[in-house]
Amino acid sequence: MYAQMIKSEATQDDPEKLAAFQARIDAGEKIEPKDWMPEGYRKTLIRQIGQHAHSEIVGQLPEGNWITRAPTLERKAILLAKVQDEAGHGLYLYCAAETLGVSRDEITEMLLDGRMKYSSIFNYPTLNWADIGAVGWLVDGAAIMNQVPLQRTSFGPYSRAMIRICKEESFHQRQGYDAIRKMAEGTPEQKKMAQDALNRLWYPSLMMFGPSDKDSVHSAQSMAWKIKMNTNDELRQKFVDQTVPQAEYLGLTVPDPDLKWNEERGHYDYTDPDWSEFFDVIKGNGPCNVDRLAARNKAWDDGKWVRDGLLAHARKKAARKHAAE
Amino acid sequence: MTREDAFTQFLLQMGDNTLILGHRVSEWCGHAPVLEEDIALANTALDLIGQTQMWLGLAAEVQGDGKSADDLAFLRDAWDFRNVLLVEVPNEDFGRTLMRQFLFDAWHSIQLGRLMKSSDERVAAIAEKASKEVAYHLERSADTVVGLGDGTEESHRRMQEALDYLWPYAGEMFQSDEADAEMVKAGIAPDPASLREEYDTLVSRVLTEATLTIPESRFAHKGGRTGAMHTEHLGHLLTQMQWLQRAYPGAKW
Repeated sequence: MYAQMIKSEATQDDPEKLAAFQARIDAGEKIEPKDWMPEGYRKTLIRQIGQHAHSEIVGQLPEGNWITRAPTLERKAILLAKVQDEAGHGLYLYCAAETLGVSRDEITEMLLDGRMKYSSIFNYPTLNWADIGAVGWLVDGAAIMNQVPLQRTSFGPYSRAMIRICKEESFHQRQGYDAIRKMAEGTPEQKKMAQDALNRLWYPSLMMFGPSDKDSVHSAQSMAWKIKMNTNDELRQKFVDQTVPQAEYLGLTVPDPDLKWNEERGHYDYTDPDWSEFFDVIKGNGPCNVDRLAARNKAWDDGKWVRDGLLAHARKKAARKHAAE
Repeated sequence: MTREDAFTQFLLQMGDNTLILGHRVSEWCGHAPVLEEDIALANTALDLIGQTQMWLGLAAEVQGDGKSADDLAFLRDAWDFRNVLLVEVPNEDFGRTLMRQFLFDAWHSIQLGRLMKSSDERVAAIAEKASKEVAYHLERSADTVVGLGDGTEESHRRMQEALDYLWPYAGEMFQSDEADAEMVKAGIAPDPASLREEYDTLVSRVLTEATLTIPESRFAHKGGRTGAMHTEHLGHLLTQMQWLQRAYPGAKW
């Protein structure tokens, strides 16, 4: 769930065209880039796919933070493979967004100057090695909750990107759980690291699903368009129900004293995250917002000469080929 | 030096080169100039770490004292490392990172080609697997060196500066000692000096296309592959890489 608080655009298109468009979606047809679509649908999707893509890119930073300190060669290799997958996800998603008429450079600039967001979760730090396990287990676990239903989303390129991404994400989630299990079953210090990671990342993971349905004003239109498949609270509940037994199996304590199974509902009752903290993070006041954005800006600025150089070479080569013909 | 010691030293040279370079390349994660480069750098680092598992795994087996590849990677001090100095120098800008990669890949691909004919089947098998990955590394680093050398004025200047800085580190890959002589005698590995001609031809072809000038001096820093004297940089790299294993001895990860 790398897209949060996506504002759906009001749409002022021809009512007949709109009705026909909605009928296609209701019939389960896929909308392809060359098809007619309401301007609001296009803009909302750009925002949503863009935010997801940016999350994959910024998400490299908290994991990259531990690649050089990974404790074994195997863990280092797994983490490198995972980060490589994530950069690849970013690439497919930027391509999906490009089919809607926005270039990768434009959308990147919007991330770098703060006009577009990425998931709030990546504004939290990774402080010990168990965080890397917890990111796979909780963060990728939460992402999968949202992305599995999005495989059925109405926009063809987005749906196809999700099918590919979900396969890799489920591997990420399993390796994360395996890494944290090793810690939870390890020495007292390792167990302490695992518990510390869960303590810090539990509520930020719940926040990934976005605010409660009663405060989420943008859902109805996006759900009608099938670019949002479930409500925030439905997915959050599903995540809690799946994750609590896993934490129990690991012998770790979820940092929620009021967490308990509700026989009647058939679900866990849990404490909501502190939404004022969530809105602070969204506004730029999370623990790492400034540093994450600065790191991405630095990479982009420092890389300018490389992009310019390679482009200049490609042009020279094309000109030489042309002259030779 | 016994044959077994020479063989261990050779395997450590191969594995430490890939370990230390893989570590350096992995430092780029999330900071590359363009998304495709993030993917390519992570992919290169991943290949190198995978090769490390094989070389150091075999080194541990040959040593036969119950150590693992991880013990060798995470619990030796700098003086026991046998990588060439080239791979431990810091990344600096993307130009130096890719020039270092190219100078190494060119040697690595020639070396692995020879090792595929090693009298030791295990060495030949690792070389065979690694050579496929390294062929791609070389293709990519050579293309990038050409693209940036023959790009803009700034990219050309930066690549020439990278080459001037790194060239004195290239020669160490071709230095031979008694351990190498032992490996040649056993048919396990080629004499490093015998790779130089092919290397010079390859490197000169690519750098000419990149419009870059190879420095005239053949002076070569040395001390990495014998362990006699590493750079100051290696110790810092190890403090980071080995930290968890050192801080929590005996833990399983």
